[in-house]
Amino acid sequence: MIPGVSLYEILTISAVVFFIGVYGFLTRKNLISILLSVELILNAVAVNFVAFNVYLYPGDSQGLFFTLFMIAIAAAEVAIAIAIIVDLYRLVKSVDVDETTEMKY
Amino acid sequence: MIPFLAFFLVGLAGNNKSPKIWGLISTGAIAVSAVLSYMTAWRYLFQVGKVEETYQKIIAFNTTWLTFTDKLHIDMGVLLDPISVMMLVVVSTVSLMVHIYSLGYMKGDPGFYRFFAFLSLFSFSMFGLVLATNLFQMYIFWELVGVSSFLLIGFYYYKDSAVAAAKKAFIVTRFADLGFLIGILIVSYLTGTFDFQTLTDPNGAAMTQGAGVAFLGLSTMTWALILIFMGGAGKSAMFPLHIWLPDAMEGPTPVSALIHAATMVVAGVYLVARLFPLYYTAAPFALEVVAVVGGFTSLFAAIIACTQTDIKRVLAFSTMSQLGYMMLALGVSGYGGHDGLGYMASMFHLFTHAMFKALLFLGAGSIIHAVHSNFMGDMGGLRKYMPITHITFLIACLAISGIPPFSGFFSKDEILAAALHHSTFFFVIEYLVAGLTAFYMFRLYFGIFWGTDRKYEHTPHESPLTMAVPLLILALASMTTGFIPFNDFVTSDGHAFHTHIDWTVAGASIAIAVIGIVAAYFFYKQKNDLPDKAANTFGAFYRWSYDKFYVDEVYMFVTKSILFGIISKSVAWFDRHIVDGFMNLLGRMTAGFSERIKGIQSGRVQQYAFAFVAGVVALVLIFAYLKG
Amino acid sequence: MERIIFYILAAVIVTFSFLSVTSAKILRAAVYLFLVLIGIAGFYFMVGYHFLGAVQLTVYAGGIVVLIIFAILLTEQIDNRLARPKAGMVIASAMLALLGIGVSVYSILNHVFDKKIAGQLATVDDIGTKLLSFDAGGYVLPFELISILLLAAMIGAIVIAKRPIR
Repeated sequence: MIPGVSLYEILTISAVVFFIGVYGFLTRKNLISILLSVELILNAVAVNFVAFNVYLYPGDSQGLFFTLFMIAIAAAEVAIAIAIIVDLYRLVKSVDVDETTEMKY
Repeated sequence: MIPFLAFFLVGLAGNNKSPKIWGLISTGAIAVSAVLSYMTAWRYLFQVGKVEETYQKIIAFNTTWLTFTDKLHIDMGVLLDPISVMMLVVVSTVSLMVHIYSLGYMKGDPGFYRFFAFLSLFSFSMFGLVLATNLFQMYIFWELVGVSSFLLIGFYYYKDSAVAAAKKAFIVTRFADLGFLIGILIVSYLTGTFDFQTLTDPNGAAMTQGAGVAFLGLSTMTWALILIFMGGAGKSAMFPLHIWLPDAMEGPTPVSALIHAATMVVAGVYLVARLFPLYYTAAPFALEVVAVVGGFTSLFAAIIACTQTDIKRVLAFSTMSQLGYMMLALGVSGYGGHDGLGYMASMFHLFTHAMFKALLFLGAGSIIHAVHSNFMGDMGGLRKYMPITHITFLIACLAISGIPPFSGFFSKDEILAAALHHSTFFFVIEYLVAGLTAFYMFRLYFGIFWGTDRKYEHTPHESPLTMAVPLLILALASMTTGFIPFNDFVTSDGHAFHTHIDWTVAGASIAIAVIGIVAAYFFYKQKNDLPDKAANTFGAFYRWSYDKFYVDEVYMFVTKSILFGIISKSVAWFDRHIVDGFMNLLGRMTAGFSERIKGIQSGRVQQYAFAFVAGVVALVLIFAYLKG
Repeated sequence: MERIIFYILAAVIVTFSFLSVTSAKILRAAVYLFLVLIGIAGFYFMVGYHFLGAVQLTVYAGGIVVLIIFAILLTEQIDNRLARPKAGMVIASAMLALLGIGVSVYSILNHVFDKKIAGQLATVDDIGTKLLSFDAGGYVLPFELISILLLAAMIGAIVIAKRPIR
């Protein structure tokens, strides 16, 4: 509980960051940039969980644990993503998203 | 039913290993049927049928087959009444003769058993037709007869001409049957029933249904009956639906004897006779139509027969002419008692004609078998080689020309009397035709059995016994059946009435027949120039007659140019371009559409994500806010 | 007082996240992300979840961003300027994002949140106990699953990124 700050402001901020991440995901051309945007999204969500936890359900700690696990999973996910990007780079010598359009009509 | 079983047995199990057996089975079946029909006739006519001096119709057996409404239903049953019983006798007798004859005629033919199977099928169909209790059952068997006829005409299926003839027969009769069916439907609509007993009940309501003037000055019932007659006209080869009959001679000669002389072609006459009370009471105009068509056909056919050179064609046209006689007799007939002379005469002539026409055809078959050709030009002087055939053929010719005491004289005389009774015009026509009949028949006779002696490559021999015996039996029939007092049995309303031979009419008919015979004698007994000179005198008319008055050509023109050229072409164009085109258009549209939207599957993740997020936002908007 | 700090943190988070997605050079984007993560960690400290904040700094900021920078180096992107996306895409995405923000914020502001359960925030002791407890409020199952997941991720990453055997 941060004294003086209401839940609404925190939620607003997390929503903004979330959609900035979405914008980045849709707009960027570099695979790694897309990854960064994904991280932004995940973090915004984490903030959301924690805010709910702290402001509405202080006795419960589900938000906390969720966020904890989410961080762990995000780490794993990034690792795999990097591995794939590296492999892909070896294949097509580029990390441009337009080069990865094999699965089309 | 028995022939039907025979058909199945022979048709499915028959083969050529021991052909005789199958033939015998079939013949045996017919023989049994013949005996049964004689017994039935005897019992009906002499023992059971008569109630208060009137022959009643007896329904021997009836089951409901299809039900449309409470009152309208199609039954399958057996109806016995004077004409059906008489037809039973005719059909079974002639069929039996033909079966026996075919044992000899078709010997060695690879399709032996098939032939007998078809013969049995035909007999079955004919029995069913004759014994029908209602219009629809008759129609069903009518079509079955048509099918059997098709199979038999096209028996030599490897001959193109036979196949074409079979198709022609079937199509023409089928076209006529269209009229028949429409007529049936109208009649059933007007009267609410198919049943013959109800339809022909003189006191019944069926008579007055549809009596009002409806269409072009004729009542609906009249139109319906005319349409029904159209069906009969097709089957009985009336002008202008006659074109199939000459070509139907492509079939084996026993077929011509059975179907086209004695039985199938009289189905049309039988139909009109069956519905006669209805015709007379409710639609007399239709009877006029019948008479006119019959009369015209008989004259038309007789003229053509004078110039034909193929034996079977002459006989075919002769049949047509005699059928015209029968139709005319029905057309001029009245109803009840002595007025019903025409009706009785028609049936009588049917009976006798069946006998001697079958005889003629079988005799012709005998000749063809011996000479291996159909052409009169190839024959001559055969009397020395084939005595039995000669004598029986002569008997038949005398019968058909109406010379007493042969049967034809009696029946033809009755018809002439009825015609005179009704209108002089018809009488004159039929009188002329009688003369022509004698002329062309004896032209045939003299040309075959007298004429020039030709040198034949191998001596024609008399036919084997199986072929000769039927000839003899039928000759006997031709001689004697004239004496059956038909007026006691077969009349328009069941009452017997008294007839006598009107000697003025009879004398006149004998006279003209003799003139015809003498003329033929002079023309044809010895080879001379007389026929050619006569032909030249007639000039173009002769040519027209020889070419059968170009009726066929007219048909071909109509079908080819008009039907095929205009109607079929446009329909085909429509089908190809519009119907198919529509389908193709659908296909192309789908393909094009999918071409354009396949860009959505671009493989670009970002596009997918975009769609995803947009969708989610949209859904949130809709469900949370806009739905209200 | 806290309000001001919070607003500074908020400003940091939002600004740097925006810069991260729009920067032309990828390394800068990664660094901006790093700063965003630090901001968020600060937020966690402010609300009293010290453990969470520490974990955020260690794992996220310290691990993941470093990993990303490694990736940048491995794929030789460090010098490249990032291509600008197509204008159409930018506009569309921007509109979509703004729309999304609008919808979310609207929903948030209109909703009445009432306090449900009173209580104390979890302390580190509590976290530790809860992580390994299999009572009603225990998280031992997710804990174990996460460990397996991490193992799988490690193996997977190694297998995918191996040089192919000639």
